[in-house]
Amino acid sequence: MTAVLLARLQFAFTISVHIIFPAFTIGLSAFIATLLILWQRTGRDHFHRLARFWTKVFAVSFAMGVVSGIPMSYEFGSNWSRFSEVAGNVVGPMIGYEVLTAFFLEATFLGVLLFGWKRTPPRLQAAAAVLIAVGTAMSAFWILSANSWMQTPAGYVMRDGIAYPTDWLAIIFNPSFPYRLAHMLTAAYLTTSLVVLAVGARYLLVGAFKEEARTMMRMGVGMLAVLGPVQLLLGDQHGLNTLEHQPAKIAAMEAHWRNTGPMDLVLFALPDEHLKVNRAALSIPHLGSLILTHDWNGRVPALEDFAANAQPRVTLIFFAFRIMVGIGLLLIALGLSGAFLWWRGRLFTSPWYLRAAGWAWPLGFIAILAGWLTTENGRQPYVIYGILRTDNATSPLAAGTVLASLVAFVLVYGVVFSIGIYYIRKMIRHGPHGAAVAPPPLGPELANRPLASAAESARESRQEPPVI
Amino acid sequence: MTVLTGAAYWLPLICAAVIGFAVAMYIVLDGFDLGLGILFAFFPREIDRDQMMNSVAPFWDGNETWLILGGTGLFVTFPRAYAVVMPALYVPLITMLLALVFRGVAFEFRWVAKPHHRIWDVAFSAGSIVATLCQGFMLGGLLGGTRVVQGHFAGGAFDWLSPFTLVCGLGLLVGYALLAATWLVMKTAGNLERRARKSARVLLVGMLIFVVTVSIWTPLEFPRIAARWFTWPNLVYLSPVPVATALLAVVCWRGLMRTRVMFSPFYSAVGLFIISFVGLVISTMPYLVPPAFTVWDAAAAPSSQRFVLIGILILMPFILGYTVFVYYHFRGKVRADEGYH
Repeated sequence: MTAVLLARLQFAFTISVHIIFPAFTIGLSAFIATLLILWQRTGRDHFHRLARFWTKVFAVSFAMGVVSGIPMSYEFGSNWSRFSEVAGNVVGPMIGYEVLTAFFLEATFLGVLLFGWKRTPPRLQAAAAVLIAVGTAMSAFWILSANSWMQTPAGYVMRDGIAYPTDWLAIIFNPSFPYRLAHMLTAAYLTTSLVVLAVGARYLLVGAFKEEARTMMRMGVGMLAVLGPVQLLLGDQHGLNTLEHQPAKIAAMEAHWRNTGPMDLVLFALPDEHLKVNRAALSIPHLGSLILTHDWNGRVPALEDFAANAQPRVTLIFFAFRIMVGIGLLLIALGLSGAFLWWRGRLFTSPWYLRAAGWAWPLGFIAILAGWLTTENGRQPYVIYGILRTDNATSPLAAGTVLASLVAFVLVYGVVFSIGIYYIRKMIRHGPHGAAVAPPPLGPELANRPLASAAESARESRQEPPVI
Repeated sequence: MTVLTGAAYWLPLICAAVIGFAVAMYIVLDGFDLGLGILFAFFPREIDRDQMMNSVAPFWDGNETWLILGGTGLFVTFPRAYAVVMPALYVPLITMLLALVFRGVAFEFRWVAKPHHRIWDVAFSAGSIVATLCQGFMLGGLLGGTRVVQGHFAGGAFDWLSPFTLVCGLGLLVGYALLAATWLVMKTAGNLERRARKSARVLLVGMLIFVVTVSIWTPLEFPRIAARWFTWPNLVYLSPVPVATALLAVVCWRGLMRTRVMFSPFYSAVGLFIISFVGLVISTMPYLVPPAFTVWDAAAAPSSQRFVLIGILILMPFILGYTVFVYYHFRGKVRADEGYH
């Protein structure tokens, strides 16, 4: 294997593991903030119990996100030093702004949220949760802007092979950015909603924590039913944007080899990269044209329209994209059928639905990974589309050095994060225990006065048996 | 060589100062944080370890964010230096990042795993020790010089390794442990505080030995550093550095000897770190990657540096503000029953 391929594998591995955690914590922080606010508004203590419970899960997930994220900020230089030189003037500041606007905010108020059950007045704690939720979204804003610039560069000039900024607004709000940001944030909220819904459904199946479980199911189904269809719309718009700016990616996603007429929608096929044909294809004529050009006979550029050395590889992108879309449709079905059951008053009593929802928790994560595999591989053979080829972007490191670090990353991440996910499972099985909580006091609060309302957390027993 | 004026001269210097500030913040804040892991081996009782973890648990994530700021700051403002240093220090860098994984997750995993948390005690301690050693190696490797040909790193994977880098690694280990011991004097009470006070005395002596060793070694090994310190009139201008070091050491020692003094040992240990850092900066300026790049050689486009500096100017007061807020919020001695778990 070449040093370039090893460097790509290492980056793909480390960023794929990393994205799992932010994708979860972006939504989870917003969920916790919502729960804390609801608790303050209504004084109903199951909201507080839920907030405390999910905060523990959040803490473990967030820690894994942090430790898997720090390497990312160094890998640009350590493994992609040519990229850093070429793009540093443009991409660097966006990542700098991510650190300045998001990371410090999240990291600092995380301490207040996690350790503040005794020292912090409830209102400040809710504020901390909101600030963390804002921080995670802000972080997504900047890193997606940087990624989008690599997909659809704008607002720069090239001098001596180095990119120089000319217009910061054009750089930040580059053509694919608004679509990518909306698509990814929605995906993150959907992912968390699915997990929350699944946990609620599982509790109900065994008849535990009924009040908490119903709240989780209502909130989860509500989010799915609204955001699922929205995501379909956003994905469609994102696709049209990609067709405009990166048509080769679209051609690869659809395994669209030849531009001979209106485009089929290929539902399934085994793409043959060698002969450049689809085997065992199941397709619907004209539907591809209709979706991508909103015209029955519209023409879409095919792979043959691009130079051989400017085409992405098809197979991985083709399947990854289908997995993402398939899961998306499944989510919409789950959301709408859940909403229907809710309307008929049977949401909590339909065992088939509870079972289906209980198994749905990993779907969001899989869809996000599949989506990123699609868009990142669809950008190949470029690391910065049209500017810098991936082959020319790596560091001058020996293949053996990169192989050693790749093995080390796989071993360490494999062990540590598997254990972390096992612990999360353990916490979820244990469930949201805790004594009743007094509603938050009204009126002005005294800073730093330890409040009795939060003192119950110490009384929570670790010894209670798991419920599911 | 062209003479740089105006923005082309000042912007890189200001950016270097900002990165220096981030690195100094990181060394101090994550220094005591990593140091607690180093001290773990000497405090085997579970109740002590719980308190040690709790004394830093609300802050560790914020502390490590300065590491990200240092790394991305270099990427943003000096991309050419970033592109040379990171491959050159690849082995200690990746090892450090992996070690930080173990110690970072230990903060959360340790509580969830109880009563089977021994393994995470080991992960926290070993991760902290390895990460600290690697940081020392990277410092030594950077000072020792990087082989650069036509603007790119052109050396091998272990170029950084030398007796000098080993000394830097061990020195940092002792230094961080000193920061942590004085932190415990300030943040804990009773038996733990008494024992931390005793360890801190030994560690202070150890740290001073390393400071003196490095101060003698670097001018002997690198003529440009000797020229910086031991020529007229620099000798006079720079004399406050060793004098301040000696004064801070005395303050720290006296604080440690008086059982009722809580704060001065930690703050003077922080002072010792800052003055050592200043000394290193004096030794290497204006080089960012000695001997290849000065700050001007490696600077990003002025427009990029300016764009980021505006952000720093606006946002840094907020960042420092809420950093101070969270330390103030969790001020005072750690209570044995504290923590959210």
